[in-house]
Amino acid sequence: MALLEVMNVGIAFGGLQAVSQLDIKLEKGHLYGLIGPNGAGKTTVFNLLTGVYRPTEGDIILDEKNITGKSPAKINQAGIARTFQNIRLFGEMSVLDNVKIGLHNQIKYSAFTGIFRLPGFKEKEQEMDYKALKLLKIFDLDTVAQSPASSLPYGKQRKLEIARALATNPKLLLLDEPAAGMNPSESEELMNTIKFVQKEFDVAILLIEHDMNFVMGICEHIYVLEYGRIIAQGNGESIRNNPRVIAAYLGGD
Amino acid sequence: MNAIKNLKPSTCNNLINYGMVLVFYIVVQILVNAGVLNNSMQGMLVPICTYVVLAVSLNLTVGILGELSLGHAGFMSVGAFSGAIFWMISGSQMSPVVGFTLAIMIGGIFAGIFGALIGIPVLRLRGDYLAIVTLAFGEIIKNLLNAIYVGWDSNGFHFSMKDVSALGLDESGEVIVNGAIGITGMPKASTFTAGTILVIITLFVILNLITSRAGRAIMSIRDNRIAAEATGINITKYKLMAFIISASFAGMAGVLYALNFSTLAAKKFDYNTSILVLVFVVLGGIGNIRGSIIAATVLYVLPELLRELQDYRMLIYAVVLIAMMIFNQSPQVLAWRSNFVSKISRSGIAARFIKQKRQSEEV
Ligand SMILES: Nc1ncnc2c1ncn2[C@@H]1O[C@H](COP(=O)(O)OP(=O)(O)OP(=O)(O)O)[C@@H](O)[C@H]1O
Ligand SMILES: [Mg+2]
Repeated sequence: MALLEVMNVGIAFGGLQAVSQLDIKLEKGHLYGLIGPNGAGKTTVFNLLTGVYRPTEGDIILDEKNITGKSPAKINQAGIARTFQNIRLFGEMSVLDNVKIGLHNQIKYSAFTGIFRLPGFKEKEQEMDYKALKLLKIFDLDTVAQSPASSLPYGKQRKLEIARALATNPKLLLLDEPAAGMNPSESEELMNTIKFVQKEFDVAILLIEHDMNFVMGICEHIYVLEYGRIIAQGNGESIRNNPRVIAAYLGGD
Repeated sequence: MNAIKNLKPSTCNNLINYGMVLVFYIVVQILVNAGVLNNSMQGMLVPICTYVVLAVSLNLTVGILGELSLGHAGFMSVGAFSGAIFWMISGSQMSPVVGFTLAIMIGGIFAGIFGALIGIPVLRLRGDYLAIVTLAFGEIIKNLLNAIYVGWDSNGFHFSMKDVSALGLDESGEVIVNGAIGITGMPKASTFTAGTILVIITLFVILNLITSRAGRAIMSIRDNRIAAEATGINITKYKLMAFIISASFAGMAGVLYALNFSTLAAKKFDYNTSILVLVFVVLGGIGNIRGSIIAATVLYVLPELLRELQDYRMLIYAVVLIAMMIFNQSPQVLAWRSNFVSKISRSGIAARFIKQKRQSEEV
């Protein structure tokens, strides 16, 4: 059975049907792309998958469990982590602490233990520091671990968001325009990092991206969204040559 | 290795806070013994501790959790009355340390319960409802305590909202809370030493909370609620935790305050007191615990010290308020302060920290 199965999901905002009859099937450990013109509903799909919006119809099944309508926190705990198109970091907290928030449900001790520094506190904190720094290293952020997250330049903030999401130990990682605002060499580097992460953590990844070289470069399977509907899917080659996709991007219809 | 080195600044920071309180305590003791502090100054010592505990605990809600509370005096009064009632009926007959400690704990527990009663429905909502509800709570509890009569006799507690005779006490009975007059004839129990211990305990709990897993979760909600939820944080749980701890310490501060006087009336715990504490928090720097300690102390003492200056008093007070605001909130001054700290830091940890920060900004 697939890792994630989205069946006939739709949502309407008042009169606007932002997403309709969405069917997606993601397998464990693979890399998927979600593309489409501005306003097609890509971010809305992420918001549906992560419980920010409740679908007005359809079901979302993760690992054979129905997660439709669950809260974002519960869905994260079930195994879906994400980044945001408009970066959402814990700005006043350090880079390290941002990732340690991601580890919140992985390494646990009670508030009581924390307040009274009971046995276990130090070991758990050190374990968190160790794991967080290891993750930061993958994204080349370990040298700025103590800086406030908001002080990072844009590209590093995007990478920190990915590191934080990964820290929650997801089965599925959703990346909303991870390369936005990066220059070609940064974006090339990010491609390699994402491929590395997919292998290293054996995590399925679904990413939204406007940069076609980026998407075609790493995604094994691509979904194309237009007006909230999937108009095409397949590998990079078939998408590139699909007349409906070309029309959608050139605004031809 | 790296991690251990990185953890140091926060531990170091916390130690400075405790050190500051201890130095203040020792200096005051020396001044008292030397006969420098007159009676009215000595009378300010317990209230200073009270306001420090209030400001630090309110900062947990306002600065760390990021929710506005306008009813801190309400929780203070719940603690004050429950602690004082216990003190009247049995605490004062126990050994002073045990009775006083129990009174403080009872005040903390009752205020915490009220914190939960308010927090559970309100903190589930998104938006600034907490400010409105705590504002109302502060006023309601004040008026309620103003109108309540409590008596105690061999049959236990008696309550009334009418008058003393409606309590129907038997001959062993004793009126404890007498409506708007409140509680009178209390044996005084609070001391500066007890107050300092309460301050230290408050700092210990709140600073350790902030630098632990739960504290990080609380701050993540403040910084970005949507991201915190998406990262698997149970928002309601941590909001409630912060708010209840905050309310609970306000209650303990209330007991400390109440047992410093022989009478206790509800009208002391009004909106102005809540706002005064909020002013301490804002001027000390939102989220800055040390700032709260200093602001509460300075701003409480200052008006009293300036009393002799009469007309100039409010002028000087206003200037100090503005100076504190600039010192704690202006970005330039904050940058200058961190620079200054890095210069004087011998160990160089702070310097490294700031250098890292600069480098990251240049990239
Ligand atoms: N909360 C909301 N309420 C009303 N309309 C919404 C809401 N969220 C999204 N929409 C609408 O749904 C449509 C899809 O928006 P969405 O943000 O998903 O597009 P997108 O494909 O991510 O676009 P972009 O490439 O610009 O990021 C838009 O018309 C948008 O205005
Ligand atoms: Mg979008």
